[in-house]
Amino acid sequence: MRGLLYLLSALGVIGLAVWAYDQNHKTQQSMAEVRELHREITALREAISVQRAEWAFLSRPERLQELAKMNFMRLRLIPLSGNQFGRIDEIVYPLPPERDDAPSAAETEEEPL
Amino acid sequence: MTRVPLRPLARVLDARAQGRNPLYIERENLRLRHEQMRDAARRRAEWRLLVLAAFFFMGFALIAARMGVMAMTPPEEPARYQPEQIAAYRADIVDRNGRLMATNLLTNALYAEMRHMVDGRRAARALAHIFPDIDGDRLAARLTDPNRRFVWLRARLSPEQEQAVHEIGEPGLLFGRREMRLYPNGRLAAHVLGGAAYGQQGVTAAEIIGTAGIEHRLDSRLRDATRGDGPLQLSLDLSVQAVAAEVLEGGIRMLNARAGSAIIMDAYSGEIVTMVSLPDFDPNNRPPPPTEGDPTDSPIFNHALQGVYELGSVMKAFPIAQALELGLVQPDTMVDTRTPMRVARFAINDFRSLGPQASVTDVFIRSSNVGSARLAQMIGPERQREFLDRFGFLDTVPIELTESTRARPMFPDRWREISSITIAYGHGLSTSPVHLASAYAALVNGGRKVTPTLLRTPDAAPGERLISERTSAMMRRMMRETVTRGTASMAEVEGFAVGGKTGTADKPNPRGGYYRDRVIASFAGAFPIHEPRYVIVVTLDEPSETSGSEVRRTAGWTVVPVTAEIVRRTAPLLGLRPSSPAEIERALAMR
Repeated sequence: MRGLLYLLSALGVIGLAVWAYDQNHKTQQSMAEVRELHREITALREAISVQRAEWAFLSRPERLQELAKMNFMRLRLIPLSGNQFGRIDEIVYPLPPERDDAPSAAETEEEPL
Repeated sequence: MTRVPLRPLARVLDARAQGRNPLYIERENLRLRHEQMRDAARRRAEWRLLVLAAFFFMGFALIAARMGVMAMTPPEEPARYQPEQIAAYRADIVDRNGRLMATNLLTNALYAEMRHMVDGRRAARALAHIFPDIDGDRLAARLTDPNRRFVWLRARLSPEQEQAVHEIGEPGLLFGRREMRLYPNGRLAAHVLGGAAYGQQGVTAAEIIGTAGIEHRLDSRLRDATRGDGPLQLSLDLSVQAVAAEVLEGGIRMLNARAGSAIIMDAYSGEIVTMVSLPDFDPNNRPPPPTEGDPTDSPIFNHALQGVYELGSVMKAFPIAQALELGLVQPDTMVDTRTPMRVARFAINDFRSLGPQASVTDVFIRSSNVGSARLAQMIGPERQREFLDRFGFLDTVPIELTESTRARPMFPDRWREISSITIAYGHGLSTSPVHLASAYAALVNGGRKVTPTLLRTPDAAPGERLISERTSAMMRRMMRETVTRGTASMAEVEGFAVGGKTGTADKPNPRGGYYRDRVIASFAGAFPIHEPRYVIVVTLDEPSETSGSEVRRTAGWTVVPVTAEIVRRTAPLLGLRPSSPAEIERALAMR
């Protein structure tokens, strides 16, 4: 009886040791992974900041203006000015449906009820 | 503990006398002694066991507690990975719409370490080939000098140069990581941004410090890594700034001006939407401050902020506003405008006489020196000084630029009557365009003081009251009339009602007196004047308009058309809707 107890506890200790070793190994692996991810994030951040700078450089007003001038024939872009604003009564709305139809439409809608 | 004798004589003699063996007595005493020793040893052992048990208990308790704590706290990553560049952190600067104005870029610095150097002479030759400004022979001497261990070669490299240096294949040439400050928009808003340079340099990193403008003034804010990734948001609008700079540059060229500045400011919050000073420079490569000659000739001189001049007639708005505020006059009160007006030994003249009498409105819109001088006399020096002080004319402007502390207004120490009279038409008090813009903002926005700022502050609280709503409305109407029938007739922009005041001031000669043929022409005003949103101040330094038969230098012919063009181009960008003339008339008449 006592021998069995010793055997079981020895097996238990061995089992726990294996488990602890495994956990330790996994932890170290994921820590390495995290480090790798952080490195990647830093690299991507740097890349993004370069892209942002590049974007700002390419879309600087001076350059856009020159491009608009160069491509005037194609784009016909001119500086924004006050007389490009429209008034609301200049907008063409779709014509209202004809008068005669309106009541009949209402009637047809009521029919299913 | 007293030691008990093993064979006490008394008992031995006694035992002998009774015929017993005295050895028994010795044995018994020995036994008693051993029992005593055993008890003491047992007590000590027990105590030791107890202490040991306590130690074990505490150890286990500690482990258990630690395990409990670990089990209870939520799991998290051990020690976040901090990139090395944190030491060189510097926040980006963006405009009010989030467009990038300044950022950092990773680059490499080049240095040489002699202990790795294989062939210094060849390396120097190759480097001189890559960088045309490096003197190959001098560098070769430095790279082969046995007393040197280390040489800085370049503060920053472009990727192409880096590749070329790699291709030399010299192990002694090494790269050090660097962040560099980049201003992607080039010259745009150069005076606001200022510039940056390297501070302390190490092999792996270098700190970037601001050298001028907002970069210098808010250096600690920009370098504060605890603010996270938050960029510094300015109140400037890049598009508006670009358009204003373009128009102003065209104006300067056409009018042969030496320099110019333009400010557009939110009339309520004091946010500066545009601050242009020309000539400008590239902040990526800031020129060194001039060591000789006139500092105002240098491109790094910010005319909008440091250009402290007597601005002339634009200042007439203030005695008139004060006289209206004090109830001394009404817009239609007639003022004596006979020229020349004699005060002490001075004679005051008008550019063009208005006749013997003119209304206050006419004094403003036709810009009468004599009329303003009369109003100043009515107000008196004391009240005038106090009024101008409240508008901020006697202090430096609290704007977030380093240069603002050096742009100190100039005014007479003793504010006598004659100073008060000349100041009424803009002579004797020197101020900067930024001063003027914030003071005009208060004139038109209903009388609330405005603090100019370059930072985005959308919910700025209205400042203290300087003049009443009513006076402000009267000033707006007069400013409008200056454009419709006064000195600034060329400022008319279809749809966007401009109102303001012109000023043409003779420039002071450093050798005393004033130049006859050099002026500062300025325009200060607001648009749309019937419901002011923005204040605009434009100045031109030494303009001359030569299209006619005679050279014209007055503001109405020089700076006013430039202002009109700026408003025409920027108002739609600022989100303003054009209004019909009837609408403008109605809004101005209502108040």
